[in-house]
Amino acid sequence: MSFRIDQLPKKKYVVPGNAACAGCGMMIGWKILGMALGEEAVLTIPASCAAVVQGLSPKSGVAMPILNVPFASAAAVATGIAEAYRSLGVKGHAVVWAGDGGTSDIGFATLSGAAERNSNIIYIMYDNEAYMNTGIQRSSSTPLAAWTTTTPMGKRERKKDVALLMAMHGVPYVATASIAYPQDFYRKLKRAAEVEGFKFIHLHTPCPPGWRFDPAKTVEVARLAVETGVWILWEYDHGHFRLNPPSTTYADKAKRRPLIEYLKLQGRFAHVTEEQVKALEEDVEARWRSILALAKAFPQS
Amino acid sequence: MKALVAQKTALTGNYAVAYAVKMAKPHVIAAYPITPQTSIVEKLSEFVERGELNARFVNVESEFAAMSVVYGAAMAGARAFTATSSHGLLYMYEATWWTALSRAPVVMAVVTRTIGPPWNIHVEHNDILVLRDTGWLIAMAETVQEVLDLTIQAFRIAETAVLPTAVGLDGFILSHSTEPVELPPQELVDKFLPPRRPDVPLLLRPGEAVTFGNLPSDNRDHARHKIATVYTAQREAKKIVSQVDEEYGRLTGRRYGGLVEWYKAGDAKNVVVCMGAWCSDAKQAVESLRRRGISIGLMRVRFIRPFPEEEVAKLDQYERVVVYDRDITPLGGVLGTEIKALLSRARVVNIVAGIAGVDFDAQNFYETIQKALDGSYREVEFVV
Repeated sequence: MSFRIDQLPKKKYVVPGNAACAGCGMMIGWKILGMALGEEAVLTIPASCAAVVQGLSPKSGVAMPILNVPFASAAAVATGIAEAYRSLGVKGHAVVWAGDGGTSDIGFATLSGAAERNSNIIYIMYDNEAYMNTGIQRSSSTPLAAWTTTTPMGKRERKKDVALLMAMHGVPYVATASIAYPQDFYRKLKRAAEVEGFKFIHLHTPCPPGWRFDPAKTVEVARLAVETGVWILWEYDHGHFRLNPPSTTYADKAKRRPLIEYLKLQGRFAHVTEEQVKALEEDVEARWRSILALAKAFPQS
Repeated sequence: MKALVAQKTALTGNYAVAYAVKMAKPHVIAAYPITPQTSIVEKLSEFVERGELNARFVNVESEFAAMSVVYGAAMAGARAFTATSSHGLLYMYEATWWTALSRAPVVMAVVTRTIGPPWNIHVEHNDILVLRDTGWLIAMAETVQEVLDLTIQAFRIAETAVLPTAVGLDGFILSHSTEPVELPPQELVDKFLPPRRPDVPLLLRPGEAVTFGNLPSDNRDHARHKIATVYTAQREAKKIVSQVDEEYGRLTGRRYGGLVEWYKAGDAKNVVVCMGAWCSDAKQAVESLRRRGISIGLMRVRFIRPFPEEEVAKLDQYERVVVYDRDITPLGGVLGTEIKALLSRARVVNIVAGIAGVDFDAQNFYETIQKALDGSYREVEFVV
């Protein structure tokens, strides 16, 4: 199933007057969310940039129903909304729109709980790879060697692979996505909306101030993450695990662009040594080995 | 039409909660097991599994999630219930503030239990009292019958006051003791408790672009919102609690006095103040003391939030006010401290007893009331 951008719905859910930074990757993702789920979604948003960029209440720069909730609670609150709607006979999707901190760290218990009990929610983790709302502190989703204000010498640990962890919960649907590939993200949202039970989408969303790159280059940075193999597009749908284009091409290492092209655009990697670049390359390789092994181990559909 | 006949039976306090919740017909129930609360949600899950209660029962991974689930459900227009005790309530704490300041009319049973360390499963009131500044309404039952009646009342109160409401029952003393109970007929509960309005406090529906909880454009608006919720709504809730209790009394014949229950205090010179199950023991002691010619009555606090300020102010006419607390703060007990804020301090003796689940019976009340009246106690006295 493919979609043309000019055929996507025209109604805008992200409206002028929001408080996002210039070039915010998350807002690009949010626009696509509006196109895909617009009139059907009720959002639960924990502490995050998304909680702030809505603009100031009682007004909002995002024309969707939004319940802002405590940091760790989003998956559970969305569960409550979904269960209430089921009980009351209301049609719609309980959607969590949460950052990497709210998902991979403080919110991980409620996330895992919701997944295990197969709550009927769509959980979208927009991943800007650090606590950007409080000013660029490390999260467990920050990549190896990346500078943050709490890893001034570069992070010593690798990035937690939340999407894989969610797939290993055996939930109906898990996917990764990138704001550089809107049709792919749109299709995955539409698929998630069809599926009964727990759905998780891990969306890669570069952050110009946090990653220290020119705000004009958000999409370029996001695309380079996929083209260098740092970010892999895949989906797990009812036990079928498959790579998605364009990542399918990059299963062949020779077709990937050199990692350094991705790193050199970002100030957060400005300090990295040759050794660290090697370590990062090995990290990318290790991820590919896992993903390819899983694609082999699970039916492709 | 079927005659409205109450069913006489015997139930533990926890099962009384479960039967009351069943009759209130909630849409969503979520809870995590914790002693001594567990049998409430076990019973409710049975009702749901057997099809006797048409609700969504959500098994969660923690109390924080339980409160978050019922919060989401209530904001989406559902009637929602959870139950907890002690550390479970502390683990929910952040979400309880969020619930109150969202005006989400959740009902929660709190089976009161000691907070550790060390681990201790027995009764104490410090757990439920952590809610006292959040904006929650907080009630404490005296008997298993009142547990049942109060739980039914709590849904009506919460949804009318648009504030979350906690129903306290003493761990083991009420939760696990079986007492005779009268179950009101379902038709009567249906009449007393109309369906939940999904548009209060707001309608959270697909396609309706409302936002709640994002940063305020004006902190003064936020401040006004807090005052309206934490202060004004509590004052309005006083009337609601009394009206609901009266109406419930007309329908069932059981009326408890609203915010407080006065017991033989009309002609007395001195008065005892307490809340929870041990008020029955205190009443026995009052009886015994009166038989020995000591002029004493009792005021039982049914709701500590909203705080029964007017009733407490009336205590100033007594020579001696003996306040019992099953909880401890660096200033003494919670009830004692709050009552002292309204009365001439000299009149008040605050006895902190029964904490950490230490037994405290009618004889203990009898002896300690005497000591409080004869002046051998300090302003705050600890009895272990």
